[in-house]
Amino acid sequence: MLHTVNKSPFERNAFKGCLARAQKDSVILLFEDAVYAAIKGTTIESVTVRATQDFKVCVLGPDLKARGYDEGHVVEGVTVVDYGDFVDMVVAYGPVVAWL
Amino acid sequence: MPEIEGVENTGGVIKKFLYLNSKAPYGTVYALEVLEMILISAAFEQDVHVAFVDDGVYQIKRGHDTKGIEMKSFLPTYRALEGYDIEKLYVEKESMEERGLRAEDFIVPVTVTNRLAMSHLIASMDVVLGG
Repeated sequence: MLHTVNKSPFERNAFKGCLARAQKDSVILLFEDAVYAAIKGTTIESVTVRATQDFKVCVLGPDLKARGYDEGHVVEGVTVVDYGDFVDMVVAYGPVVAWL
Repeated sequence: MPEIEGVENTGGVIKKFLYLNSKAPYGTVYALEVLEMILISAAFEQDVHVAFVDDGVYQIKRGHDTKGIEMKSFLPTYRALEGYDIEKLYVEKESMEERGLRAEDFIVPVTVTNRLAMSHLIASMDVVLGG
C-alpha cells in the first residue's frame, strides 16, 4: 500500500490518521501542504521521526522547494523524491490510500 | 443488485472497494462526494465496503435535522444503501468512543472494528477511496 498525505499536519488530522492506520512497512508520501510534516524544528517533528521507524516516509521535492525548503531542512530518514519517483511508487506499491 | 436500463453487465472483474469516510458531514463537501461515489459503485456490482473513522463517524449518527441549514440530510440515503446490497459498513471503535458515541447511535447496522482491525481492512482492499 502507498499512503499519500497532502494536508498540513497543523491544520488537519490527515497525517496522524494515516500513521494510526497504515500497516508497518507501508510507504507514506507527503506532498502539497503535507510537506510541512517533513520539516525539522517543528512541534510535529517527533511524530515524523517516529514514523520513519515504522514506515518508509518520502516527501515530494518540488512541493518542498515551492515552499522555500530543500533536502537540508528535511527530518533524517525521510527521502526526498520527484514526480517520476511518485509515479514509480504508485506502480510499485499501489493501491494508493489518499489521506485528505 | 438492481438492473440499470441500458447498462449491460459485461461480467468484468469484481474488486474490493473501500470508501473511507473521515470527515464530519455538512461542513465540507467530502462526505457528500463519498456518498455519491458509493451510489455510483452500486451500479457496477463491485464488492463495496464503507468505513467511518475520525469525524467520519458523525455522518451516520441518528437525528440529523438539516432543515435549518437548507441542506439535504444524508441519513435517508445511508438507510437506502441496504437496498443496493451495500451492507458492509464498519465504524472504528476508537473514533466512536472518543466522540461519546455507541453502536446504537448509528442510523444503520454497523460492524464496530478496532483501529488495528481497521488497518487490516484497509490493507486488504484493491481500491481505497477516501474523503
